[in-house]
Amino acid sequence: MAKSLAELKAIREKKIDEIQLRHGKDGYRVVVGMATCGIASGARPVMIKLMEEVDTKGLVDVTVAQTGCIGSCRLEPIVEVYNAKGEKVTYVHMTPEKVTRVVDEHLALGKVVEEYTMTVVDGKIIDPNVKG
Amino acid sequence: MKELSLHILDITQNSIRAEAMLISLTVNESSAENNLTIVIEDNGKGIPAEKLQTIADPFVTSRTTRKVGLGLSLFKAAAEGCDGFFEITSILGVGTKVTGSFRRDHIDRAPLGNMADTIVTMVMSFGEADLFYEHNCNQQKFIMDTREIKETLGVTSLNELDILNWIREFVKEGLEEIMEEK
Repeated sequence: MAKSLAELKAIREKKIDEIQLRHGKDGYRVVVGMATCGIASGARPVMIKLMEEVDTKGLVDVTVAQTGCIGSCRLEPIVEVYNAKGEKVTYVHMTPEKVTRVVDEHLALGKVVEEYTMTVVDGKIIDPNVKG
Repeated sequence: MKELSLHILDITQNSIRAEAMLISLTVNESSAENNLTIVIEDNGKGIPAEKLQTIADPFVTSRTTRKVGLGLSLFKAAAEGCDGFFEITSILGVGTKVTGSFRRDHIDRAPLGNMADTIVTMVMSFGEADLFYEHNCNQQKFIMDTREIKETLGVTSLNELDILNWIREFVKEGLEEIMEEK
């Protein structure tokens, strides 16, 4: 493991400026539900895709994190996007393909991808697919 | 679950909820013994003896967001459906150990799947907690210890994209190496 660890250290030293930038407080915080329900319905590839997209598109002020079961297991995989004010947009039935669009439009340009979101009517969660 | 690595990811989330600071994951694969065994051990707060009796019952859970707990039940069913066994032992204040053993060539045994993605997702969710991962495949061994990585880099958390990418590649390559037919 020693040799490869030295290599990681070198990569890291090169990127140190970027890493300091990353801890800005203005960016989005993206949270993926990672309990049994999420994992069984495909949260892991969603998480990995999110990680890759945020990295390759250089969105240095976006942080990616995980949470447990949000309570709407039938809508998993669920991705929540919080802005700097703490306002939340919930994306449901996520796939790696949908992640690309959320990153390109929401995280990069601030434009919510309405058709992937969950809508609440009279306290009831309406799946966007049956909204009509 | 479609992959055993998804069960692993799922069960380690229990360890995090139990406030474990060290999670040890061991995967042993042996063609000679026709066996695949997964052991997940943590130093979390442990489970009281009376709860341990019913822990793999799907209608038992400590969560409040829903009424069923499926993680351990699914893992137990997967192992027992492959001529294997499931075992959970725990000591309050010391930690918990979960074992799932499978007949390796059983037709119903799910593939191990993408361990690199599971490890990276685990590390992301661990915060300051550490992972010791040992994978043995027919006498060949792969080891990854996040304590060693943190010490080398002088950091307390590995939740940075460049570190995570490196871990993913490191695990992928390490496992390819030990799984090569020799």
